[in-house]
Amino acid sequence: MSNLNQAMVEKYRNSFLQEVQANVEEGDWVKMCMQCGVCAGSCPMGPYWEHPPQEIFMMIRAGKREEVLSSDSMWMCTSCYNCIARCPRGLPITHIMHGLAHYADRLGLAPKEQPTRKFANKFWDNLTKKGRVNELKLGLALYFMNGFFEGIKVALANQKLGLNMLKAKRMSIAEMFGGHGVKDSNGLHAILKKAREIELAKADEFKG
Amino acid sequence: MADIIATNETILVVGGGISGMTAALEAAEYGKQIILVEKNPSVGGRVSQLYKYFPKLCHPTCGQEINQRRIKANPNIRMMTMTEVTSVSGEEGNYSVTLTSQPRYVNENCTACGDCGDVVEAEFDDDYNYGLGKRKGVYLPHKMAYPQRYVLDPQIVGTPDATKAAEACKYGAIDLDMQEETNTITVGAIIWATGWKPYDANKIQPYGYDRIQNVITSVEFERLSDPHGPTGGKILRPSDGKEAKDIAFIQCAGSRDQNYLKHCSRICCMASLKQTTYVRERYGDEGKASIYYIDIRAIDRIDDFYQKVQADENVHFIKSKVANIVEDKASGNPVLRGVDTEGYNRYENPHELVVLAVGMEPSVPAGDFPVTVKVNEHGFIEQDESNGAIFAAGCSADALDVNRAVQSATASALRAIQVVNRVAGTEG
Ligand SMILES: Cc1cc2nc3c(=O)[nH]c(=O)nc-3n(C[C@H](O)[C@H](O)[C@H](O)COP(=O)(O)OP(=O)(O)OC[C@H]3O[C@@H](n4cnc5c(N)ncnc54)[C@H](O)[C@@H]3O)c2cc1C
Ligand code: SF4
Ligand code: SF4
Repeated sequence: MSNLNQAMVEKYRNSFLQEVQANVEEGDWVKMCMQCGVCAGSCPMGPYWEHPPQEIFMMIRAGKREEVLSSDSMWMCTSCYNCIARCPRGLPITHIMHGLAHYADRLGLAPKEQPTRKFANKFWDNLTKKGRVNELKLGLALYFMNGFFEGIKVALANQKLGLNMLKAKRMSIAEMFGGHGVKDSNGLHAILKKAREIELAKADEFKG
Repeated sequence: MADIIATNETILVVGGGISGMTAALEAAEYGKQIILVEKNPSVGGRVSQLYKYFPKLCHPTCGQEINQRRIKANPNIRMMTMTEVTSVSGEEGNYSVTLTSQPRYVNENCTACGDCGDVVEAEFDDDYNYGLGKRKGVYLPHKMAYPQRYVLDPQIVGTPDATKAAEACKYGAIDLDMQEETNTITVGAIIWATGWKPYDANKIQPYGYDRIQNVITSVEFERLSDPHGPTGGKILRPSDGKEAKDIAFIQCAGSRDQNYLKHCSRICCMASLKQTTYVRERYGDEGKASIYYIDIRAIDRIDDFYQKVQADENVHFIKSKVANIVEDKASGNPVLRGVDTEGYNRYENPHELVVLAVGMEPSVPAGDFPVTVKVNEHGFIEQDESNGAIFAAGCSADALDVNRAVQSATASALRAIQVVNRVAGTEG
């Protein structure tokens, strides 16, 4: 168990709903769900979710902490916003799904091999280095996400796409050496550090 | 109409549905002078478009007939149809009201023999049947219409049909020279009883009312089930005219939803439960009904009715708000898609016909009242001091069933009586 996870378990004891409200982006909305099922039925990825959003909201209220946070369901969200548009109660479901995924990841409970999680983390690491996405490095990191040989295969299969991106100047070989970024990357890192502090302080605020 | 006599001891009732009729009768039978105005050619409102009433499942004609007789017998009520209120000024105890009446082109001599209708060719969508059938250019709004007097549609005025109709009438009842009339009257109190209208199902995009023929509304279903309706009581589905025996009802269609009406329309759960009995009455064991719901709201004494329907093994309850409907092109069957709340099972259920239990909204939109009245966020009139002596009755005040609408009408009659009594007191 990660330290943060341990701390949260002790802090919230039996109230997973309160934990979600305090720590998950838009988590305050969860209690507004009336279990109608429209989000679950409207999701184009619905059939592939183990627990559709409606069920996730019920599981949160039922205190099924481990099952929710280690679930791969919320990682299936493609941000199509169908559920938000349709929910009779106006829950920002897409944002809650991302919030839950992010929280599970912070606690170290998210399923390790979930491809969306892996991609998201690689994307984030890549982006936050210089404040701009380095397509070349990100592409290579993704190709080799599942091991060296698998990576070579994927890279060969996507050769044409890569060459076209070079031609269209969407990617440059020079990116391998340093690459482009924002003017003040130290400033960017300071901002991100502060944001992280605020996030942690929010988690501390809860008094049970 | 120079003979309208009204004073500040008169009560004006706007809208002649069950609520307006009740309020008018209660006050008139107490001895007050009443002017009852109705926009349509006959009174009765939306109740006259129902096949049966819950919870007792009697026919609305019965209650309506009693009310009509009470009105006929009461000299204190002056009824004006095809009339609307166009302006109101003044204050409690002394309002000046302008009434605008449309020409009916048929006078009191009409015996409702129907000779005029027989010779006219032009046909129009029948509003009484929510456009499911046609009616002639001269017509009786419906069998129980009160007054029992024909109406000539202004769209045929100036055509040969109008002349033919006038010639066919043995009683000289057709008067093509009638004009729109305006009258200004004084009244002491006003009861507003303009009722409700069904929420526009076209706005509920995922349910495809505008695209899928076999998706209809609950008000249309009442007309299809009525032996006096456009299909003689056969539940014929629009796509192919075949009898539909496997029917789905979708609750909260346009209600309890921030994308549409936020409020619970309160009667639609009961209306669907009632409509399942129509299916069973017509088809016996072959009739199947499925209700898709969030939660069933059948309150206090009508809970018995719910329990009876629940005990019927041909009626299925699926706890789920349907996500969307697609059409199976080959069969014309609508296919309902969603996830149920009892087990989170994903379903795709075909049915022969789908009935949307549409919500109720006020028939007069918030900005359209001829006078400033306080309305709540859903457009229903509030009981508020700033409204002076303007009192809402029935579905102008809230989404109500007949029982509660009538109670609300009686309450508003009492309030109006108190106002005109006060006026009488100060004046004499
Ligand atoms: C599908 C369905 C089934 C239902 N079944 C039942 C049932 O079985 N039992 C039950 O108890 N209830 C039932 N209801 C509810 C019932 O219809 C209402 O309670 C009832 O109609 C309320 O009557 P009202 O007089 O307040 O309004 P309305 O019936 O709407 O009457 C209002 C009247 O005012 C007139 N009017 C409107 N605007 C103006 C204007 N500007 N000027 C003058 N006149 C105007 C209208 O023409 C109408 O005559 C059902 C409702 C639905 C949707
Ligand atoms: S659509 Fe909204 S109210 Fe309905 S189950 Fe989903 S989140 Fe809950
Ligand atoms: S009465 Fe029933 S169907 Fe109608 S809005 Fe309320 S819950 Fe929904």
